[in-house]
Amino acid sequence: MEPFTQLTALTATFDRINVDTDQIIPKQFLKKIERTGFGVHLFHDWRYLDDAGTQPNPEFVLNAPRFQGAQILLARDNFGCGSSREHAPWALLDYGFRCIIAPSFADIFFNNCRKNGILVVVLQPEEVQALFEEVEANEGCELTVDLPSDEVRSPEGRMFSFEVDPFAKHCLLSGLDDIGWTLRFAGQITAYEQQARAQTPWTFLDS
Amino acid sequence: MAKTMFEKIWDTHVVHEQEGNTILYIDRHLVHEVTSPQAFAGLRLAGRKVRSPEATYAVPDHNIPTRDQLAPIKDPISRQQVETLRQNCKDFGITLFDLGDKRSGIVHVMGPEQGLTLPGSTIVCGDSHTATHGAFGTLAFGIGTSEVEHVLATQTLQQKKPKTMKVAVEGILSENAAAKDIILTVIGKIGTAGGGGYAIEFMGAAIRNLSMEGRMTLCNMAIEAGARAGMVAPDEKTYAYLQGRAFAPQGADFDQAVEAWKQLPSDPDAEFDTTLTLTAEDILPQVTWGTNPGMVTDINGKVPDPEAIVDSTERKALQRALAYMGLEANTPMQEISIDRAFIGSCTNSRIEDLRTVAEFVKGRKVRSGVHAMIVPGSGLVRQQAEEEGLDQVFTEAGFDWREPGCSMCLAMNDDMLQPGERCASTSNRNFEGRQGKGGRTHLVSPLMAAAAAVAGRFADPRTL
Repeated sequence: MEPFTQLTALTATFDRINVDTDQIIPKQFLKKIERTGFGVHLFHDWRYLDDAGTQPNPEFVLNAPRFQGAQILLARDNFGCGSSREHAPWALLDYGFRCIIAPSFADIFFNNCRKNGILVVVLQPEEVQALFEEVEANEGCELTVDLPSDEVRSPEGRMFSFEVDPFAKHCLLSGLDDIGWTLRFAGQITAYEQQARAQTPWTFLDS
Repeated sequence: MAKTMFEKIWDTHVVHEQEGNTILYIDRHLVHEVTSPQAFAGLRLAGRKVRSPEATYAVPDHNIPTRDQLAPIKDPISRQQVETLRQNCKDFGITLFDLGDKRSGIVHVMGPEQGLTLPGSTIVCGDSHTATHGAFGTLAFGIGTSEVEHVLATQTLQQKKPKTMKVAVEGILSENAAAKDIILTVIGKIGTAGGGGYAIEFMGAAIRNLSMEGRMTLCNMAIEAGARAGMVAPDEKTYAYLQGRAFAPQGADFDQAVEAWKQLPSDPDAEFDTTLTLTAEDILPQVTWGTNPGMVTDINGKVPDPEAIVDSTERKALQRALAYMGLEANTPMQEISIDRAFIGSCTNSRIEDLRTVAEFVKGRKVRSGVHAMIVPGSGLVRQQAEEEGLDQVFTEAGFDWREPGCSMCLAMNDDMLQPGERCASTSNRNFEGRQGKGGRTHLVSPLMAAAAAVAGRFADPRTL
């Protein structure tokens, strides 16, 4: 996973609450067996007028010329709800987003983003609203997301700090392979299994 | 110190804790064809193996056809996913319940049926409806594909401890209300994000009175309230359900396990971070009208009016939902006619659901112009239904009786709505396009779906 430190980038606004992962990546694109190539299908049913995805819907916000090349997505409450499909963050990342800012996220989506090096930032609703207004009023607006200092900064001088748990921060900053990290505790896992085997033998189907 | 059931299970599965990050041990890992290929590919790339193949069970369910399952799958990409699952199970030594095996079916129907779902254990699957297994007093939640790979490699997950929510439903549920109506009522009250960050425990007399099937329906949709896990404490019904199941403990081991499971329920003075209390008598049969499960009312209700909403973001969401659903504000739910009915999914495809439908439709007919399908949750559910003659009742009433799978819950196979078609569905999500692009989904209980199929519109079963 690519480390995340600081990003200053064009920001797109996505003014809808409860955006579910079925919209982020519709089910007809879940049949691939690779992690790559989902960006072209991001928000497919909203983004295109035709099933083949050849006619962009001019009404869809991410098709607006001013948001082309955006790497930061400013969103509303409960972003990423519904299905656990990790294809959703894969599609967002492949499209170019490295950071999503919203007042709240669905739990599984939040975790899935972290595992893919997408920084998910939770700000207060009024802070998100202030950023929405600033970004929408200023074409080309670039926000800065600074993970080492836990801050979002705007060109007009807004500065909002966000909370990120220390372990997740460490993982994102270093681009840590978290399986590799857990395997450092393989001895503890084995010790746990020995103890659990004695206490609840019925949960172990090889004994 | 007094503990909730969630805390008891969590605490006994902690392998290591560091900076608020817990390495949590996973007892069972269920795998399906759609969210696992990239995880196995990741293992191969890193030269890792599956740590505990004996704790890992796989079944194809999401994209498989519900007709002629033994014929080669026509869609080449679906076929490749199912074949990839077969090869991965073979290469990594994982038990697969393949198509044609009676034990195969929807992963969250198969697990409990096989006795893989046990009280006090942890279960994960790359599917958000893994919450279903919480019906057994199990800590069960959905994960993404990176986490699937993590569990395959380490038999653990890195987790942050969720908060606890108690949902108490006291009293007696009315005859026509079901577990589905309880959970839709809960989601209607707290919203689709209301359970975010929580593990929910359902308790109270109305929950105790539910069958295991009903408890599975209830916990299944905890995720639709934003909670990753929903749980019900095990009791005699749980033990009776599990006794004799293939992978459940047998004989003296079973007795020993039951003694341990009796210690699981939350201590009487255990504290929850938040509590919601409902009165069962107040719960009427529910119908969703919008594009998320929180957009719901009862069968006597009306489509809401966006003009009555003050908050502009919410008003816009409501207007958008009504436009998508093709509904006018203030329309009584009972005046909304349907084109399709779907009885199935990990929420409502078990034998009790099918019996409820059969009892109602016996001697009645599906309304002309309505296509109604019933997709059993597993080969065993299908077999049981046929042994009881339910399939005869269904076909005589005009239902299309299918082979098991996820089917039109998410429409990854050929079972899907056409644009503009309106469906009474026993599934769990009414998101835009969920059952087919442009399709309009109304979530209901099996009884309400049966009543809608017969009446051709949403109807109170008592009045038909």
